[in-house]
Amino acid sequence: MGDAGELKELPLKHLHESAGARFGGFVGWSMPITYPAGVMKEHLHTREHAGLFDISHMRLFDLEGPDAEKLLARACPLDPAQLGTGQSKLTLLLNDTAGILDDLIVTRLGPARFKVVANAGNAESDEAHLRELAKGHDCAIEPLDRVFLALQGPAAEAVLKDCGLDLSHLYFMQGFEPREGWFASRSGYTGEDGFELAMPVADATEMAEKLLADERVMWIGLAARDSLRLEAGLCLHGQDITADITPVEAALLWTIPKELRDGGTYVGSQALVAARATGASRKRVGLMPEGRQPVRAGTPLVDSSGGPAGQITSGGFGPSAGAPVAMGYVQTDLIKAEAELFAEVRGNRIPVRIHPLPFTPHHYRKG
Amino acid sequence: MATVYYTDDHEWISVDNGVATVGITDYAQEQLGDLVFVELPEVGKSLSKGDAAVVVESVKAASDVYAPVDGDVTAVNEKLNDDPALVNSAAAGDGWLWKMKLADETQLEGLMDEAGYQAMIG
Repeated sequence: MGDAGELKELPLKHLHESAGARFGGFVGWSMPITYPAGVMKEHLHTREHAGLFDISHMRLFDLEGPDAEKLLARACPLDPAQLGTGQSKLTLLLNDTAGILDDLIVTRLGPARFKVVANAGNAESDEAHLRELAKGHDCAIEPLDRVFLALQGPAAEAVLKDCGLDLSHLYFMQGFEPREGWFASRSGYTGEDGFELAMPVADATEMAEKLLADERVMWIGLAARDSLRLEAGLCLHGQDITADITPVEAALLWTIPKELRDGGTYVGSQALVAARATGASRKRVGLMPEGRQPVRAGTPLVDSSGGPAGQITSGGFGPSAGAPVAMGYVQTDLIKAEAELFAEVRGNRIPVRIHPLPFTPHHYRKG
Repeated sequence: MATVYYTDDHEWISVDNGVATVGITDYAQEQLGDLVFVELPEVGKSLSKGDAAVVVESVKAASDVYAPVDGDVTAVNEKLNDDPALVNSAAAGDGWLWKMKLADETQLEGLMDEAGYQAMIG
């Protein structure tokens, strides 16, 4: 997390500048936050047409070697043997206490090759952690320099096809290498159908310009990326999930294969089994505030007698929901009792209701 | 004829017969982005210069709007309860925030005129 003065620049900065982006710092990167259309239009455009996101701050790794499977099975609560070639999976890096160090997308590319996508803010610590675990394993870990773009929304498939990249054979959470040095997967962080596309820096300007020439496509900044993922109920690491939160609390057990929930050889397995046996005292839930006023990350939650009930971890306005939306952690006993909950915002108590996630339906193209 | 003043914090104050109408500038609304909620003060509230008088909330963040001078709130822009985006579309007009009775008109002397403000934002 560098100082404001030493932010890393995106390779396609020149395109964002000419599109009129407003930049801001995010986990050590100078990122386009909004474009002149504004967060509201950008958000809605993505849900209706196709939004183009520069996510080159995220880090791709190649894992390659006879022990690649073994390394992944040690690092993550994941059974790589269950992952067929071209299949992707959301998984977690856990510490010894089953706290979530990061969430990763792992794709099998071959018998002994995997692509791993890590969050920008954790890229360095993830790499160090993986290298530590890889000691004594025959598996190379190679961080990749790529421009990473996401095209999200109902028009994404057709736009890419018109740009010479037919990805219509992919279903949600499938990926492959369409060209030398490229990686494409049908996945994303918006709840919409869409793709993530990594490519060598030398190929990127041409590809991005080709995509932007399509009238169905516009640049989408980090602000709308955040409101889109929040409506879709997707976690932001560092906010909704952290090294102090277990998958049990985070309601992310579904990412872990059933047989591994009762133990395994992965880091944190014992703590996870213990956490499941004890049960979580707090759980991540969707929260919908009453009225129009957004409640933000960090806002305390209280019960009707003013006692502590939890905390908001992500909150804002959902342009598609047309209302404020949030998620956060609430004490399990209060969830079970369907207790009345309030967010304390600047001295006011705003009633909030537990709301199923996502707030807006997912539109994934499943096989 | 009202006289309009500007603050370093990107508010405008239009003064007419000892009553000031306060809003944020077009530059400020553009910086904030799409507004989704405006928390207005209660009519009758006594404000001192520098008090957080209003909270404007964009999709992403909440920001305070400060009282530029001392005085009592005489009216608030109720239209913003249903249509906070008025601040985006008409920051210097229909998107005004509150009106206040000035306690001390000499406080206006330290504020900028339009030319001064335009020079500040460049």
